Amino acid sequence: MSTIELRGQSDRWRVDFLLGAWQMLPLLISVIPFGLILGAASADKGLSSLETILMSGLVFAGSAQFVAAGLWHHPIPILVIVASTALINSRHLLMGAALESHMRLFRPAQAYLALFFLDDEIWATALRRGAEGPLTPAYYFGLAIPFYLSWLFWTMLGAFVGGVIAHPERYGFDFAFAAVFLVILFGLWKHQRRLLPIAVSAAVSLLVWKLVPGVWYIFAGGLAGTAAAALMVRPAA
Amino acid sequence: MRVDPVALLTFLGMLAVTYGARIGGYWFVQRFTVGPRLKAGLEAVPLAVLTTIIAPTVLATGPAESLAAVATLLLAWRLPVLAAVLGGILTVVLLRAVLT
Repeated sequence: MSTIELRGQSDRWRVDFLLGAWQMLPLLISVIPFGLILGAASADKGLSSLETILMSGLVFAGSAQFVAAGLWHHPIPILVIVASTALINSRHLLMGAALESHMRLFRPAQAYLALFFLDDEIWATALRRGAEGPLTPAYYFGLAIPFYLSWLFWTMLGAFVGGVIAHPERYGFDFAFAAVFLVILFGLWKHQRRLLPIAVSAAVSLLVWKLVPGVWYIFAGGLAGTAAAALMVRPAA
Repeated sequence: MRVDPVALLTFLGMLAVTYGARIGGYWFVQRFTVGPRLKAGLEAVPLAVLTTIIAPTVLATGPAESLAAVATLLLAWRLPVLAAVLGGILTVVLLRAVLT
């Protein structure tokens, strides 16, 4: 391969990486209060700063980390925390399966590294990209690496300074993720105009949220919406 | 700074189940033939999962959140993502101030 070709390839990597990072900007901003609050909550529950950073770096799953911090006490209820994490993150099974068809440009090692970063925000943004055109590894890591580093940074800062944002709802930060997901949902819906999975998912999510404590609603709603779409398919005659 | 060995073990357990879920679904559809039913289900996953995460906030928290969700969608119709998100957040702050 000639130098010029190599140069062209690294330029394309850079352009795609920067495009990913740029399109992640709203989420890089909206994650700040969540990282700070999680860090502060973890410190409040008795996790050391280093433990908080380790949890963010190893697990990298916001909602599961909030639940783990909520359950944290001594002696550490390890089985309850791991089981809760498995339940909350079971939706990633569906999410990874749905992203697979957009990951044809990934070599196996790239794919399995990329999947480590498959949280809701990165997944949703990558999927939107995949709906519009090819999803390159460079673009994906442009989403994932800045988001991962900022998650580490803000949880760490939250752990050190503690309780910097006492009432996030006063500033509407708690609504930021709902707003981002709504916009992404709207973008996906423009490509795929189906109301059934949305309606079934919303109904089951609300019902389970009202009736069952904890985070079962996330799993139940996602599975119900998916199952409804699968059951609507008529077998080819 | 200290790291409790049980804490580390807890994080490794959380890592195992999280990474397992993140690669498990991908691994499965890569190796097994996906029939029309499963394919239709997987195509609906993004809509279903995003909806289930936000449904309680958008539909059952209060009028401020529900109205701000409508405003966010209207803004998203014409404006870029960041503008729609910031507009939605601004709307929820204003409505909470007015409605409570």
